[in-house]
Amino acid sequence: MQEGSVLQGDTPPVRFDVQGARGGVSIALIATLRRDLTLMLRHRGEVLNPLVFFALVITLFPIGISPDPVLLTRIAPGLLWVAALLAALLSLDSLFRSDFDDGSLEQLLLAPQPLAALSLAKVAVHWLLTGLPLALMAPLLGIMLSLPAGSYAILSLSLALGSASLSLIGAIGAALTVGLARGGVLLSLLVLPLYIPVLIFGAGAVQAAIMGDGAGAHLAILGALLAASLALSPWAIAASLRISING
Amino acid sequence: MWAFIHKLGSPKWFYAISAKLQPWCWAVAALLIVAGTVWGLAFAPADYQQGNSFRIIYIHVPAAFLAQSAFISMASAGLVFMVWKIKVADMAATVMAPFGAAMTFVALFSGAVWGVPTWGTWWMWDARLTSMLILLFLYLGVIALRGAFSSRDSGSRAASVLAMVGVINIPIIKYSVDWWYTLHQPATFSVTSTPSMPMTMWLPLLVMVLGFYSFFIALTLMRTRSEILRREGSKRWVRELFQEAR
Repeated sequence: MQEGSVLQGDTPPVRFDVQGARGGVSIALIATLRRDLTLMLRHRGEVLNPLVFFALVITLFPIGISPDPVLLTRIAPGLLWVAALLAALLSLDSLFRSDFDDGSLEQLLLAPQPLAALSLAKVAVHWLLTGLPLALMAPLLGIMLSLPAGSYAILSLSLALGSASLSLIGAIGAALTVGLARGGVLLSLLVLPLYIPVLIFGAGAVQAAIMGDGAGAHLAILGALLAASLALSPWAIAASLRISING
Repeated sequence: MWAFIHKLGSPKWFYAISAKLQPWCWAVAALLIVAGTVWGLAFAPADYQQGNSFRIIYIHVPAAFLAQSAFISMASAGLVFMVWKIKVADMAATVMAPFGAAMTFVALFSGAVWGVPTWGTWWMWDARLTSMLILLFLYLGVIALRGAFSSRDSGSRAASVLAMVGVINIPIIKYSVDWWYTLHQPATFSVTSTPSMPMTMWLPLLVMVLGFYSFFIALTLMRTRSEILRREGSKRWVRELFQEAR
């Protein structure tokens, strides 16, 4: 690394190219994406844990309620969505935690590029490694809950769309609580009420697909929610991160 | 006009001005609430469908109004605090949160009590009840977040951000819950489907709503004043004030 050469006395100090450090937002975005992906893929356990949690919670429901396939068919869309939502929520606490602990979050704040864009890259990685795998895994658990055929694609699609909004909204809560020693329970208290619209339209899409009505309207609203949270939440995340770092 | 607003932003001036306003607000609130209660409970005619049980509306509706207004005021105060760093705004937001949560609880509780004679059950997953319950959770989140920070300034700013995020979400939550309700359950009973209220029932309700709003303003003024004293206790003007009083 270049910092090494700064410390050596005999070589002339490296001149940091200020213009280069100001490099485009896209360069910073790609660097953040690559760094976070590498970090997450080196901790495979953290990526797998939400998926195992999802499967476990789904296992609990037939045991706790009834193994009757007719009943399970009726409640399957809601169960799958609630369990996936909780799994995504569980992984949120670690979104900024390790960066906060080792100080790299402060470097993100100091970077000349807008913090909103950089935090958006972090959220995108979170969705890629939590929301998307959950969406891909959901049909498998749907089979176990005897979800009617014909709704599997909609289930995956609605979860993929919806979990992106969940990651974005949840990141606001994660950014607000990252400076607190025990922010985990508080995080769910802050974030769960804001998740309700996504849950309604996500589970509604699957329900509509089962009933044979078009799920298009629900998916369109999920997309609208995603567009709105994509436009608004990066600013809230950035503001919250600044509060957490200074506090 | 602007000079007045700037003065209002200083705790000292706010303390002095609110001292003059406060008794009037309390007087108006007490007058309106007493008048509305007596009018609504004793003189308004009984509902032809619900009998006397409808009279709970004179508590329920004003409380529900205030539950939402208090959240919006709290978020606006938070915005003012975040943008202009006016401390008084944050003090007002601090004292509005528990009041709003209490009003939400009153609206939920009176709704549950009202549900027994009209719906035959304490709780129904009605769209309005559900969104009110979610509002209560939002209030509790803001209060909990403010309390969780050890530094008061960080807690204030975090609570302001959360209140603003919440206020953007409230209409989304409300409409999505409405949609969900129409999808899942046909409306069995609805308070709104009763024919529009006659004037004799509606006027006391208006008086009660205005009375609750004056109560909100008076209580916010009073509690903001004590919050000012609590936070500015080490300032000279507060000390001088208490030396004079002694």
